[in-house]
Amino acid sequence: MSQPVSRPLAGPLPVSEDTTTPPETTRRVFGSIRAGGASSPGGRTATRASARRRELAAAATLMTPFYVLLVTVFLIPVGTAVWLSFFGDDQPGLGFGPERTVFVGLRSYAAVLTDPTFLGSLGTVVLYCVVYIPLMVIGALALALLLDSGVVRLRSWAQLGLFLPHAVPGIIAALIWLYLYTPGISPVIELFAKADITIDFLGVHTVLPSIVNIALWSNLGYNMVIFYAALQAVPREVIEASVVDGAGPVRTALQVKTPLVSSSIVMVAMFTLIFALQLFTEPVLLSQSSPMINARFSPSMYIYDAAFTRNNYGLAAAASVILLILTVALSYGVTRWTNRANSAEEAAR
Amino acid sequence: MSALTAPRTAPPRRPHLLGRAVVNLVVGLSVLYTLLPVMWLVLAATKNRDALFRSDLLSLSDFSFAQNLRDVVAMDGGLFSRWYANSLLYAVLGAAIGALVSIACGYAFDKYHFRHKEKLFGLVLAAVMVPQTVLALPLYLMASGVGLVNTFWAVFIPVLFNPFGVYLGRIFSQGYVPDEVLEAARVDGAGELTTYVRVSLRMLGPGLVTVFLFQLTTIWNNFFLPMVMLSDQDLYPVSLGLYAWNSAARVSPEYYPVVITGSLLAVVPLILAFTLLQRFWRSGLTAGAVK
Repeated sequence: MSQPVSRPLAGPLPVSEDTTTPPETTRRVFGSIRAGGASSPGGRTATRASARRRELAAAATLMTPFYVLLVTVFLIPVGTAVWLSFFGDDQPGLGFGPERTVFVGLRSYAAVLTDPTFLGSLGTVVLYCVVYIPLMVIGALALALLLDSGVVRLRSWAQLGLFLPHAVPGIIAALIWLYLYTPGISPVIELFAKADITIDFLGVHTVLPSIVNIALWSNLGYNMVIFYAALQAVPREVIEASVVDGAGPVRTALQVKTPLVSSSIVMVAMFTLIFALQLFTEPVLLSQSSPMINARFSPSMYIYDAAFTRNNYGLAAAASVILLILTVALSYGVTRWTNRANSAEEAAR
Repeated sequence: MSALTAPRTAPPRRPHLLGRAVVNLVVGLSVLYTLLPVMWLVLAATKNRDALFRSDLLSLSDFSFAQNLRDVVAMDGGLFSRWYANSLLYAVLGAAIGALVSIACGYAFDKYHFRHKEKLFGLVLAAVMVPQTVLALPLYLMASGVGLVNTFWAVFIPVLFNPFGVYLGRIFSQGYVPDEVLEAARVDGAGELTTYVRVSLRMLGPGLVTVFLFQLTTIWNNFFLPMVMLSDQDLYPVSLGLYAWNSAARVSPEYYPVVITGSLLAVVPLILAFTLLQRFWRSGLTAGAVK
């Protein structure tokens, strides 16, 4: 489901850093001021303890609604998916007896991993990622750098125009492009026909690039805005210093600005990856018009097909867990790899 | 990208004239790439079926936008208005509640100290990574267990969950609400929650709008979950409804103009929201990006 994604921009995720040390001291200072008014000798600690209790109660109140949601629509479902993947329906008595759910161990996993259609869907999504992610990251970054270079006319209009597809829902984007790929309706195909070129956007070799194009169209401007915002935060003195050193605009862009927004690049790459792996909306819609896309084209479509067409919950759950592990492993890999690249760079300095 | 080959000997402050032209050309072509399909949608929505299949979109002779609008509203007994109202309800109400819940939680992460805080926050970050499709089947089974499948709640409750909103809420809270304000309120004897509602939430305004807007987009875009949960067409959001009509169009082509006009109508609310709330989300985005 690589729909326009709702993920505003922010820097690297602060996984374990403790950003909350300074307030502790302020609190102590204020605490003692407040405690100064207390008359009884034990008042000081009592007030502090009750203040602390009040704070904890407030924190709990503010966090409870979210964690109730987290448990019900995230933790329990993930647990259920894992549980389902280890169990299957067994019908004793030649299938005429009552259905029982029994532990089947890794049988569902074995079934998924030896299913050529699942492996095919994995291959498709990997190929899709390999084509789509570099195009997206490089394209969005290049556009942001061009807009940041200060020579573009009507800059804010250009930004608005590039951003517009983000406001088009994924399924509508797929619909628009489906019509632009459909002979008889599409002005694009007609244009090509006038130049004596016949082009089938939904053929064997073109269907994947056609899907990449839809995703690129939807998200390019959005990611450009992320990069642009990060570039705006680069201190102007740094740019000016490189200009004084005699670097041209191209070198400044590639060797000074780009490394400075590397955390945004990592974040965009990671989110693009996570959502690319979920590929669903576009192929499902295109499959209505293209025989090249079957019901198990991507892993998400495979899961949907297994769960709701074939009603094989064990198989669907095992495929889900595999997709989950793949997603977590790859995004972990991306962060690790960039962290190492960053520290290697620091060491080289 | 070809602009990057601009001559390196160019004077640093005033890029070469050719370089300028190439840069503007590349940006201009990119803008055309993003705008033209939307333009096509607008033009196609004004054409009747015959003109659509002749693909002469620029002729004004077959202008039938009003007729198309009437057709969309009348098709299948007014189903489209129903879908539209559903989408608005799912998206506006869901994003409003979801944003408030996420921001409150992010604020608590920023301003309070408690045991296992970073572990709990790690759980939030992990939730960002988990694909929707992995959760769909278990959610379906849970919903059918409590009899909620094919109801409003089956779609509405899961979309409230927005872990990335919590992450943003924490960042916005760090950026917008100084700790001194809280201390001052405590000295004045205000309760913690009163302070949050009366003081902090107001300061978090742009952050709240940003989270709201992006959650609005996600819910409006939502396709997989309704597809799994709903079989009653009266509960469909616009996205799923148009998908259904598009399948029908393969058999009965009179659906084509309705799907196209309906698509155009489905794009309008988000464009309106982004334009009207521009001031907020722009500042919200920059605050997030600087961190």
